Amino acid sequence: MNRGKFLFLSLSLFLSSLTEVAAQSNGEGSQFLLNSLFVIAALVFFAIVIQVSDNLMAIEAKRIGADKDGNHFGLMPRFYELVGSKLPAYLKDEKVIISKKGFNIPLEGKAEAANLEVSVYRFALNPVNFKGISPIPKVVVEIGDSVKAGDPIFYDKSQPDFIFSAPVSGEIVEIKRGEKRAINEIVILADKTQQFKTFEKPNIAEASREELVKSLASSGLMTLFLQRPFNILPQLDIVPRDIFISTFDTAPLAPDLSYTMKGQEIAFQAGCEILTKLTSGKVYLGLDGNGDSDAESIFTGVSGVEKYYFRGKHPIGNVGVQIHHIKPISPEDKIWTINVQDVAIIGKFMLEGIVDQTRMLAITGAELNHTGYAKVPFGASISDLLSSEEVTAEHRIISGDVLSGTEVSKEGFVGFYDDQVTVVAEGRNYELFGWLLPLDMRPSVSKTFPGTLLGGVASAANTNSRGEKRAFVVTGEYDRLLPMDILPQQLFKAIVVNDIEKMENLGIHELVEEDVALCEFGCTSKQPLQSILRSGLDVIKAEG
Amino acid sequence: MKNSLLSFFLKIEPDKKKSPFLHTLYDGFFTFAFTPDHVTKGGVHVRDGMDLKRLMFHVVIALQLCYLFGTYNIGQQHFSALGMYEGFLEGFHLKIFYGLVQILPLFVVANVVGLGIEFFYAYKKGHGIEEGFLVSGALIPLVMPPALPLWILAISVAFAVIIGKEAFGGTGMNVLNIALLSRVFIFFAYPTTISGDDVWVAGLEKVDGVWTASYNFIVTGLFNPVFESFGWATYQNGIAVVDGYSGATPLSLAAKGGWEAVTARFTPEQMFWGNIPGSVGETHKLFVIMGAGLLLYLGIASWRIMLSMVLGLVVTGILLNMWDATPAMNVPWYYHFSMGSFLFAMAFMATDPVTAAATDRGKLIYGFFIGAIGLVIRVLNPAYPEGWMLAILFMNVFAPLIDHFVVEGHIAKRKSRLTKLANS
Repeated sequence: MNRGKFLFLSLSLFLSSLTEVAAQSNGEGSQFLLNSLFVIAALVFFAIVIQVSDNLMAIEAKRIGADKDGNHFGLMPRFYELVGSKLPAYLKDEKVIISKKGFNIPLEGKAEAANLEVSVYRFALNPVNFKGISPIPKVVVEIGDSVKAGDPIFYDKSQPDFIFSAPVSGEIVEIKRGEKRAINEIVILADKTQQFKTFEKPNIAEASREELVKSLASSGLMTLFLQRPFNILPQLDIVPRDIFISTFDTAPLAPDLSYTMKGQEIAFQAGCEILTKLTSGKVYLGLDGNGDSDAESIFTGVSGVEKYYFRGKHPIGNVGVQIHHIKPISPEDKIWTINVQDVAIIGKFMLEGIVDQTRMLAITGAELNHTGYAKVPFGASISDLLSSEEVTAEHRIISGDVLSGTEVSKEGFVGFYDDQVTVVAEGRNYELFGWLLPLDMRPSVSKTFPGTLLGGVASAANTNSRGEKRAFVVTGEYDRLLPMDILPQQLFKAIVVNDIEKMENLGIHELVEEDVALCEFGCTSKQPLQSILRSGLDVIKAEG
Repeated sequence: MKNSLLSFFLKIEPDKKKSPFLHTLYDGFFTFAFTPDHVTKGGVHVRDGMDLKRLMFHVVIALQLCYLFGTYNIGQQHFSALGMYEGFLEGFHLKIFYGLVQILPLFVVANVVGLGIEFFYAYKKGHGIEEGFLVSGALIPLVMPPALPLWILAISVAFAVIIGKEAFGGTGMNVLNIALLSRVFIFFAYPTTISGDDVWVAGLEKVDGVWTASYNFIVTGLFNPVFESFGWATYQNGIAVVDGYSGATPLSLAAKGGWEAVTARFTPEQMFWGNIPGSVGETHKLFVIMGAGLLLYLGIASWRIMLSMVLGLVVTGILLNMWDATPAMNVPWYYHFSMGSFLFAMAFMATDPVTAAATDRGKLIYGFFIGAIGLVIRVLNPAYPEGWMLAILFMNVFAPLIDHFVVEGHIAKRKSRLTKLANS
């Protein structure tokens, strides 16, 4: 009732002052003021009617006992019910971070929730997949050697303890070299039945951090971590401030990580326990808060880690965006990130003493006859994976997603950190007035496309560049696509003019390519933002 | 049809080495007709369907109602000065064709000169033709007086494109708004053709001290016989204007005699519906608002700039009303929206992304100052009855400074956030 009284008093005060003004002025102005007085009077009348009936509703709700557990009964919605989406019940007591920025690119060809039968014979370890490795690693095997899964293949000359191990057991059949004798691929022909090298299982409870790191490095599992800033291989002598894991992927056609982790609960929990020992800080888990009801995923039950829920659109599932909201990276910090499936691989190593680098790989893309998941060790041969599909020169095979994945040839292999293979059509065709009147659906952030206006109609994308590169013209479009407190356009301009101090001040440390990939997708001027960012990161890294 | 057109285009492609200028020209037209067959390489594999051509063209679409009404209004103002055909549909064909005869040369000259210079510089620099002038070329005719001599327009466009844009590096690099720069060039170099009371109505000539209708040979020689054959009314040379006629715009009336002088000649409704003399495209307020609404709905123009510009005008307008020292200050602040070209400047000029502030907060500051400064010029400066052109150009120059301070503030905020989280 207090509210009503206050409303009435303030309104009458306002009205009386208006009448005062109206009485003083003359001519046109007074006519206007009189009109507005009528309007205000009408509004006040309706406000009173609504207020009274609202109170009557609330009284009635209380009387019949419907007014339980915070439910609000009344004519008018409460303010918090109008602004922002109401949080579902399962998020009520959790730490939730909500972002309105970002965009989910609607594409056709999402992986069906089914396992595909594939037989992959050839696997490769590719030093180019690893950023921060010295140019030519030392290879310890020769063509014709037999290796078990987990046997060392090569090591980094700057960190000799850092082993890169075989994903499968089999015979080394090829060592492809590139320019200046750089090593491009080390190809293994897999055995029919896999043999695993057995390692001594470290005692999780008692082992020191040094022992754990040594054990992981010698088995080749340290490669699963990435260190930020710069997204490079971790330095063994560094204790990371924190370790971050994102348990959902919002990238276009990305795999459903809960599906890929089915049946791995114990390994994942064990892996998380190891991670808590590797850092001086905490292990943070970013959980998907987009669902309306609590999806029973294996991640919600994990103990010993800090959990944060994230609600929003891509790139909210990127670990970099989550780090920014949980605890941002300052230029002095070093943090590690790791994929969920790789946590389970580490967990399995600790439980069973073997290096089983098998992952669920999502095979996606509208151009494929069958999409789904394939259970294969990393570095699988593309031609073996897609042997049942007709992939021609009119298709592009991407290891990763369409935003930040790498183009691979049919003779190539899946990248080390990728859990997805996407096949899209090449868009090598001319289109009559394609910029103005497109004939087919295409993904876009812009509302000038009917598909976007209708709320995102999925389309089969192709790789046409959709226009030519131009100077930065539009402002503010990157801000809408990057859910971080960063001024992207100013940062890119600072990188282009090589202003190191400004780059650091504007937060280049917090970004890696995948975080700005969506900005690059939506860029009207078709700027290569990911490579601009990488050139800036390279400059900062070289500066030390 | 598409394939034969495509193969025709591909066949006539000039050699890039032998005739580079022709090739640049060809490339410009070809990429206008066909989106190229380029595919992404490195970086993202799939690109957004939006590109600069599409963006710019939607601004041009938003201007179309202004073009339609502008064409009509040139004729309407001309005949109402003569005291003929006052009704909307009376003499409709005369008004429309007279408007076309005035507006088409403006459009053609502005675009031929502007695009010609763009093509030349694209060829000199060896890159593709950029779309920047697509919007400028559509805006320039709309902000000019209908009877502007074409050679002056040509010089001003050349000045704006060469000095304002190409000297700075082309599309996306200019500091000042191109359309307004060409207008301000005329404003200072040939002030009698773009200010005063005698330039806003086309087709009047002073004969023996009396303004009379005067048509060129195209109008009398081409249209009159056609209209006669239909039995319609025709253009008549030498009709004198009505007694006591003045071509003054609401703004010049307000500067001299305040709101009373304005309402003695125009009603507020008349100003809103655009039946007043003025620049070609800005008079019909509803059509401008509809264009602005389209740009806002499609997310092309910045709502921050538009909103803060309105706020700047409202705040300054109320303050000036309270001061009330000169006749011009007593114009009620809410009528400033329908007088002059505030809405047109807000929707299409201030929102130019290249010359406006780039940061979100900067846009709010930028727009507010345009609204405030523009109204101060309009009301307080007797020499310049309209202020938006000068206010926008002034703030164009200051936009980088605004951005600088916004970015510095952002950096300070980031630092304090980092230290706070590091200590937590």
